[in-house]
Amino acid sequence: MGVEQILFYVFGAILVFAAGMVITVRNPVFAALFLVLAFFTSAALWILLEAEFLAITLVLVYVGAVMVLFLFVVMMLDINLAPLQEGFTRYLPVGIVVAGIIVAEIYFAVNAEHFGLQAVAEPVRHAADYSNTRELGRVIYTAYAYPFEIASAILLVAIVAAIALTLRAKRQSKYIQPEKQVIVRRKDRVRIVKMPPEREEPGTS
Amino acid sequence: MDSLLAIWSSVPESAQLITLTVAKILAIVIPLSLSVAYLTFAERKVIGYVQVRIGPNRVGPRGWLQPIADAVKLMFKEIILPSSSNKFLFVLAPILCLGPALAAWAVVPFMDGVVLTDIDAGLLYILAISSMGVYGIIIAGWASNSKYAFLGALRSAAQMVSYEIAMGFALVGVLLAAGSLNLTQIVTAQQGWVWNWFWFPLLPLFFIYFIAGVAETNRAPFDVAEGESEIVAGFHVEYAGMTFAVFFLAEYANMILVAVLTAIMFLGGWYAPWSGLLPESALAIPGLGWLLSDGPHWLLAKISFLLFLFLWFRATFPRYRYDQIMRLGWKVFIPITIVWLLVVGGMVIAEVPPWFA
Amino acid sequence: MRKVVNYFRSLLLWELFCGLALTGKYLFARKITVQYPDEKTPMSNRFRGLHALRRYPNGEERCIACKLCEAVCPALAITIESEQRADGTRRTTRYDIDLTKCIFCGFCEESCPVDSIVETRVFEYHGEQRGDLYMTKDKLLAVGDKFEKQIAEDRARDARYR
Repeated sequence: MGVEQILFYVFGAILVFAAGMVITVRNPVFAALFLVLAFFTSAALWILLEAEFLAITLVLVYVGAVMVLFLFVVMMLDINLAPLQEGFTRYLPVGIVVAGIIVAEIYFAVNAEHFGLQAVAEPVRHAADYSNTRELGRVIYTAYAYPFEIASAILLVAIVAAIALTLRAKRQSKYIQPEKQVIVRRKDRVRIVKMPPEREEPGTS
Repeated sequence: MDSLLAIWSSVPESAQLITLTVAKILAIVIPLSLSVAYLTFAERKVIGYVQVRIGPNRVGPRGWLQPIADAVKLMFKEIILPSSSNKFLFVLAPILCLGPALAAWAVVPFMDGVVLTDIDAGLLYILAISSMGVYGIIIAGWASNSKYAFLGALRSAAQMVSYEIAMGFALVGVLLAAGSLNLTQIVTAQQGWVWNWFWFPLLPLFFIYFIAGVAETNRAPFDVAEGESEIVAGFHVEYAGMTFAVFFLAEYANMILVAVLTAIMFLGGWYAPWSGLLPESALAIPGLGWLLSDGPHWLLAKISFLLFLFLWFRATFPRYRYDQIMRLGWKVFIPITIVWLLVVGGMVIAEVPPWFA
Repeated sequence: MRKVVNYFRSLLLWELFCGLALTGKYLFARKITVQYPDEKTPMSNRFRGLHALRRYPNGEERCIACKLCEAVCPALAITIESEQRADGTRRTTRYDIDLTKCIFCGFCEESCPVDSIVETRVFEYHGEQRGDLYMTKDKLLAVGDKFEKQIAEDRARDARYR
């Protein structure tokens, strides 16, 4: 067994463990942190598959941004777990059936018959100077240019929609514009007036 | 010597590889930790000088042993675990903070070929790793079971996530200009004297990257995460002793990282300012010739200058208000970077010499 | 027009560079630090430090227990008790200053009609236990005896301004 295989099983074990903990652990913050661990180990597995661009992007997007915001929300919510777990035994049979169906579907779709070495040829090992990033870019911007542009347009719409949704209410709080504050000069606010005294000082006359 | 070599070759190849890699890592991490220690000293001296004081000067000759005294003090202090805090995460948080700051050094080239791992997507790796640093802060804030710490964590997390975007866009500009994600190739794309470096064609991106780097490391004037006047010390209020020291180390290691990345991506890495201009005879002078030719010492000089800027900023600027930080990040930096990306794209297509020819 | 100028000024970080130039200038300015235990700044003869009770040259204590200082003390740090002595003069039996209360305003010194209670130039003193900073009459007189030369000199120098 080569180092690569040992690494695969180590990362695989961590991934399965972390994924299991995500759904079993009580504290939602821990669940989110285990999800981070799961993302990270799956990124490691992708690197073993020579997909370093996708692996790093997974870390960058999911670990670096999405899960941070997720943790943010989970930490601020005070989730009361008791009512959520009330109907556990009542729904258990249904849950088991659904889970069983999903496992069976996955098994039939991705078993060794379809993805084993008999069905798919072993991928070619690339040399150290092979650039996965360059290949991915070439494919995205040639063969899949059209779907890629559509996806980006959809994302743009989503961004605009998200901003529009949050801007619904008119701003209630008073707001100071720093750029206006900064450019104020003394002569804008203060006028110095020279004026003669209106009354004689007592004792001078 | 021969017997040593014989022992070395008798070791199995995988063990050789591991030993060599560990040795290389130590060769990076130990000087790094020392420079972190002396960066704290330099910071106190520079700020002192700007404030017309002379800074620490009591421990050792001219205060040179001050960082060691600080380290010894922090090592012997008690690590306090706050009541009803999460003990495991509380101790894990500083490690999560320091880890990414050190891990990012794996792809930093010090010279052509002198790099721990010369990976292809180095720039992306840096972005991904530096985006992990925020976890240490969030977890520290949450695990401390303190409202101040939590507020500090929320502030710094929001700030780091926002500035990461501007930073990422600035890096896209570098990527466009160099045509590669590999850091060594980014530096070699800037081969030549000062004018050939990327700082001029990417000037707005250079400024934005550096300012976003200051924000990313939670340094003044973007240090609302610590905000000692409002939320005492932010996410690390509850930390004492070594756990606090590790946070401190992480902050300064991150500063050095931002400085080295700026030097590599915009200031020509290890190239001397007159690289390629001096005649061969000048470079052949013993001693002086080495000083004048390209090499890691130039990278070091650029890093030192950028770090001095960090300290200078801290001594000069008052802290930004929180909404102003967000405004600057989202409404100023991101639009400027996007506009300049178009300009850079145009310059690359037009093959403007000397950068993109 | 001014708006446009200001827009470009803020975009080009003009004011921030001005700030950097200012602090950069002070980086090279002469440092004003006084390295305290080795060097000391010059001290005024009106310095208000540790209190002392003075005596006349013949050894008689000056204080006549008029209690003006006790009355004027804004921090209520002075406590005086008095009795008639055998020779018929009124003298204090107790004269305490609680230095932890004292704010070193110098009113006691100003109010004293016989220049008895004074503030000396001594400012480097400490207490190791509770009560060490509670100056009793004996301690105050001892301070006065020890620094009488300096005290008299300082009063003489200040006399023409009074």
